[in-house]
Amino acid sequence: MQTVTDRSQFIKGMKQGAPFILVIVPFGLLFGVVATEAGLNVFEALAFSVVVIAGAAQFTALQLLSDNLPAAIALVSALAVNLRMAMYSASITPHLGHMPLWKRAFAAYLLVDQTYATSVLEFEKNPDRTPSQKFAFFVGTASAVVPLWYASTIAGALLGSSIPDGLALDFAVPITFLAIIAPALRTLAHIAAAFTSIVLALAFMSLPYNLGLLIAAITAMAVGAEVERRMTPKAA
Amino acid sequence: MTDIPTLKLWIVIFGLGAGSYFLRFVFLGLIGDRELPEWVLRHLRYTAVAVLPGLVAPAILFPAATSGSPDPARLGAAFVTAALGYITRNVILAIVGGAATLYALLYIFG
Repeated sequence: MQTVTDRSQFIKGMKQGAPFILVIVPFGLLFGVVATEAGLNVFEALAFSVVVIAGAAQFTALQLLSDNLPAAIALVSALAVNLRMAMYSASITPHLGHMPLWKRAFAAYLLVDQTYATSVLEFEKNPDRTPSQKFAFFVGTASAVVPLWYASTIAGALLGSSIPDGLALDFAVPITFLAIIAPALRTLAHIAAAFTSIVLALAFMSLPYNLGLLIAAITAMAVGAEVERRMTPKAA
Repeated sequence: MTDIPTLKLWIVIFGLGAGSYFLRFVFLGLIGDRELPEWVLRHLRYTAVAVLPGLVAPAILFPAATSGSPDPARLGAAFVTAALGYITRNVILAIVGGAATLYALLYIFG
């Protein structure tokens, strides 16, 4: 049997997180371009990506600031977009909660859509890994995407609007998430949760502050859990 | 176009950074290694499949790049990506297939 070292887990995480390079780079470029168009300099655009490290929320804040809305409105709206991070935090806690506080504090900074999705699916497949192996895997998933998020923001801000629209960079995000989530639909409970999420997210799309996604996500979690409970024979 | 005032920009950057960090840290930092009840864990197992499909569904059906009107190229690409991912369970293959479909359809529909 293969020995499982922290180092091998780090490398495994890096490999499994690698497909997201295809999302992070176009998304970061796009943010850099939009930031430049909104009048930010390269340093300000980079600071946004380093301090906030959440693409969708950054776009939301920038859009509202460009529309000359008050800072408080921009803050609240963008934070609402990021509320799903609290769900990620809760969901990853059974796996990483045993680490020392400073490592949990570090992991929290790196907890983004991509690192979360890659790690939680891997941890569910291999629940017997030690906390330290899981932590190594998690940091591995971040090791490529996070530095590239910074770098592509700088590149986008420098290139500005010379990137052609025909590249359809906007669609890199949906495609990559679909590609990650489709293989994770292993049971009827997963499929029921995903289906609920899509239907409700579309039904409540017009709600402000991204509330529709939160309603959809919470309901979908309940549906997934309930289907699992009914499908599982009662254990003693 | 009005430029964003510098102070306002930095308030939002640091405010959003602190708020987002708090959201990421809240459970991981405060619950730590305390055991959660089984029903909570059962719900948490579905977080990824409950959030991510809903996150991308509006962007697939009503892409901002086409001002929100459904676009056959993007719909086709999304379908191929999901089908390839589900059938082959191979992430890279799904991404490459989806991207190839997107560019082929964008070329056809111009």
